[in-house]
Amino acid sequence: MEPLNIYASRLVNKQEYFTPGHKACQGCAEALAVRLVAKALGPNTVVASATGCMEVVSSAYPHTSWGVPWIHVAFENAAAVASGVEAGFKALVRKGKIPDQKTTILGMGGDGATADIGFQALSGALERGHDFVYVCYDNEAYMNTGIQRSSSTPYGASTTTSPAGKVKPGQLTWKKNMAAIAVAHEIPYVATACASYPMDLIEKVEKAAAMEGPAYVHILSVCPTGWRIPTKKAIWIGRLAVETGVFPLFEVVNGRYKLSFDQELRPVKEYLKPQGRFRHLTDEMIDTIQKRTNSDFEKLRIKAGAKT
Amino acid sequence: MAEKTGIEVSIAAADAVGMTNVDVVAAYPITPQTHIVEHLAELVASGELDAEYIPVESEHSAMSVCCGSSAAGARTFTCTSSQGLALMNEIVFLAASMSLPIVMMLANRSLSGPLSIWNDHSDVMSIRDSGCIQMFAENGQEVFDNTFFCFKVAENKKVSLPVILNMDGFSLSHMIEPIEYWTQEMVDAYLPDFEPVHRLHPDKPVTMGALGMPDVFTEAKKLQNETLINSKSVILDAWKEMGEVCGREYHPVETYKIEGAKVAFLSMGSMGEVVSLAVDALREKGEAVGQLKLRLWRPFPFEELAEAVKGLDQIIVLDRAISFGGPGGPVASEIRNALYHQDNMPFVTNYVCSLAGRDITANDFIKIYEESSSASEEMLKRNDYTIYGARE
Repeated sequence: MEPLNIYASRLVNKQEYFTPGHKACQGCAEALAVRLVAKALGPNTVVASATGCMEVVSSAYPHTSWGVPWIHVAFENAAAVASGVEAGFKALVRKGKIPDQKTTILGMGGDGATADIGFQALSGALERGHDFVYVCYDNEAYMNTGIQRSSSTPYGASTTTSPAGKVKPGQLTWKKNMAAIAVAHEIPYVATACASYPMDLIEKVEKAAAMEGPAYVHILSVCPTGWRIPTKKAIWIGRLAVETGVFPLFEVVNGRYKLSFDQELRPVKEYLKPQGRFRHLTDEMIDTIQKRTNSDFEKLRIKAGAKT
Repeated sequence: MAEKTGIEVSIAAADAVGMTNVDVVAAYPITPQTHIVEHLAELVASGELDAEYIPVESEHSAMSVCCGSSAAGARTFTCTSSQGLALMNEIVFLAASMSLPIVMMLANRSLSGPLSIWNDHSDVMSIRDSGCIQMFAENGQEVFDNTFFCFKVAENKKVSLPVILNMDGFSLSHMIEPIEYWTQEMVDAYLPDFEPVHRLHPDKPVTMGALGMPDVFTEAKKLQNETLINSKSVILDAWKEMGEVCGREYHPVETYKIEGAKVAFLSMGSMGEVVSLAVDALREKGEAVGQLKLRLWRPFPFEELAEAVKGLDQIIVLDRAISFGGPGGPVASEIRNALYHQDNMPFVTNYVCSLAGRDITANDFIKIYEESSSASEEMLKRNDYTIYGARE
């Protein structure tokens, strides 16, 4: 993958649509993912953003980091707002009031805005079949409000509302599988991606935009602040998430699963140990996570057509 | 001029929305709003209306879709009632603060609990301070005429705000009334195409719904307030122009038999017609009674009210909602406030009545008049408000 990445990166759009000067934390891999998604979609795009880190860091009036039209209304309604923009464009084009430029409509939100508070609005928009792309930037907790747990926080992680204490060892529930939930809506395209694999991410977002109908891309977005890692380690941790199978990269085109990364998995310990949020994990808990990761990855491989 | 048609007010309302050539309708079903959105769906299904009809999964998403489509430059409509309005509450405030000219009809219904599907004004009072233009219709003709007015005012570039048209659920929305339809030519002459101040479009990127830090927030709110206050001149012009188009001119405060009156009822919505019957009966008995109807609720018509109450000793405000633990009914509270600095301020008596569609007749208003006009001033002062007809 490496040599291809070095070559392919030269082909990436040099123009920035999510511009520097935003107020994201140092080492924020979510801001990197947003930048890559914006590059992949290009200038013919309208973005509807949920409230959250990326909205706050990019839009403090009178500044904006957005080189494409961008709207933020509230926390839980990015998918609904995006479907409204899509409906508006559709009606205006059909009635000849604006020319048909095949504009891409993007809805975006964090894991809280997607898997928790905006879940219903997203499900509604996917079910109604709007022609739009929804990207979830998943940093596995409510980072904007101060690292509170979400339904996307992984088992064992210590957050400010699932703190590791003497009795409770952090988050006790397993990460909600948003990609599978998106697949259950029988939409044409679902994918997972991570900014540590930029070419894969860009390709998937381009594919998502090219599909007619709803497309969902779930991007693991490493958060040095919330995951308690050094800022320079964000890309490395993202790679470990994929290489250990904790966050598998795959795509589902019209219901058919395809793994984007299918190598022998590294032990999850390599991913967990460098992160402060998992500092308290016992060997027993790490073993539990290992077993669950193996089992989930195997299920995914079977879905992707591997022989059992 | 077209003939009057006997038609259900909801159907006429939906027909009027259809005649505006609306681009996007997003709505979620709730009683008693349903006939309006059902008929709009029919118009789209039959091809009579070329619009995107978005059957959303909640009212919260209804208003959110409306925000998106309005921001994209599409003429946008939604409609709800009661709990639906409560659920979309957050986004109603945002639509106003983002200057999105969405038109919303409310088939007013009481806010639960206990659960009730019947009519009062407790739903709309929850968004009183949302920053939307808000008006009340008294009958089906007013609903029909003012549908065009709402779009015209909302989409005026000097305004660019959501406009809410209130009609009483069931007691107006489900009535079959004689309504004079406008011709399409009249609508087209009265209502220009929607040209938004800004639109989401790749040719000219804009950022909408930015974060406001404390150094700009106060200014943003001041501007929002001024825009709403200043919308009144556009409102007055639009009603005047309507008079020229259809022969019916509306006013922020309507009066009935107010000449020589010492006491006047004041109400909002369809109850006004019943109150008029009581005024007629009382006038026949020689009582100096008149009537005020507050049509425009936001921006509040301070000057028109001050003008209308001249010479009155007492105003009996009929409220259809309660401000719990507060000053009684929200309308009376605002009337008192609006008249506070006036010389010879009329005494404001407040009756909270007809909650959740409880029947109220002309005889009840006569009783209310007799009760409140014969009470001593001392007694009235001790009794800020009365919840009329409540069994002990």
